[in-house]
Amino acid sequence: MLLKENIALSENGFVFNPSNGDSFTMNNTGKEVIMMIKEGKNMNQITELLIEKYDVDRHTLERYLSDFVNDLSINNLLEE
Amino acid sequence: MTRQKVTVAVTGLNNIDSPGPGIPVIRGIRESKDFDVRIIGLAYEHLEPGIYMSDLVDKTFMIPYPTEGKDALFRRLCDIHKKEKLDVIIPNFDAELFSFIKLEKNLEEIGIKTYLPTLEQFDERNKSNLPAYGKKYGINVPAGTEVFSISDLTNTLKSMNYPVMIKGKYYDAYAANSIEQAVTSFLNLSAKWGFPVIVQEFINGTEVNVTALGDGKGNLLAAVPMRKQYITDKGKAWGGITIDDPTMVNLAKKIISQTKWKGGIELELIRSPENKLFLLEINPRIPAWIYLAVGAGQNIPEALLKLTLGLDVKPFTRYDVGKMFIRYSYDMIVDLELFSKLTTTGEL
Repeated sequence: MLLKENIALSENGFVFNPSNGDSFTMNNTGKEVIMMIKEGKNMNQITELLIEKYDVDRHTLERYLSDFVNDLSINNLLEE
Repeated sequence: MTRQKVTVAVTGLNNIDSPGPGIPVIRGIRESKDFDVRIIGLAYEHLEPGIYMSDLVDKTFMIPYPTEGKDALFRRLCDIHKKEKLDVIIPNFDAELFSFIKLEKNLEEIGIKTYLPTLEQFDERNKSNLPAYGKKYGINVPAGTEVFSISDLTNTLKSMNYPVMIKGKYYDAYAANSIEQAVTSFLNLSAKWGFPVIVQEFINGTEVNVTALGDGKGNLLAAVPMRKQYITDKGKAWGGITIDDPTMVNLAKKIISQTKWKGGIELELIRSPENKLFLLEINPRIPAWIYLAVGAGQNIPEALLKLTLGLDVKPFTRYDVGKMFIRYSYDMIVDLELFSKLTTTGEL
């Protein structure tokens, strides 16, 4: 799972895809996840880091994380 | 450095909801560090806003509609030339280009330069010729047919799925979801722009445009791709953003290289959800959103002016990605005296 190389991510969670002009606004958690993807972390590593940080059960987290990553993929932000 | 004095006449001062490219072209030229420019506006309607923008347009003359023919246009341009000594004319309307192309030599003889596609290039990219154009140059284009009557239209629609696009000969396009809507659009467009009316397959996707400049020898000198972000009910971009899309630039390069296109050009494209590019239209001129290209680092109007004057233009190699334009409307307050002077004397 790799974020496309040219995706621009700003401090305030604004994401811009220069290839097609799409832009997105992430909430803090979304920004955190996308930053971890950018750093090259995989799903397991991201899950463990988030479980440690937030008061959330594993099942719920995995479900939301999977949905989020799927959204990133549908919106052409991840390498195929 | 001394800036070269040059008098440039520009059409397309209709900075309205479906804007002409004149004002952004003038803005680009005025930003040039190489030229000291006097701008002469050429207008068809007394209420074209650019006429009254005295910070951009030094003087404006009314010119006859294209329907009055090239001879009437030439006579009027000769009158204007006597008064203003024009160096260059940059026409910006599809509907007037035929006359200007036909007059290219006559204008040259009296000392006015233009930089226009040939008549063959102009005709070949016509909306109604687009399917043949796509086939010839290996470019995806939506299926389309030209129609001349309501019975033509209804016969054509029998073999097409809704929605379809109904397009005017020069401008305007409407989506139709039924035969009734198609007939209404056909009647409106044929009354406004004449025949043929074009019926085109509807392609779903993201609207993207690329503006480019060709030197007439097959070289691409400039190209900036843009995605429309805000589209008016007339299908015009009211906001857009430059994007990093090499396939669009390559398509512009391919078209300019294969056709040896001379002058400004705009490719109207749709990127389908399957990531396939379809060419919807080729506009044979600089588009109304050209100031975005200037803002992104490619002053195409200035480069076009240099080419027209026979100066060397080095190809642009980059542009800023993520630059946006946001169009706005603005009310000017104009004294009746100015309007009356224009309507009575034909100049302001």
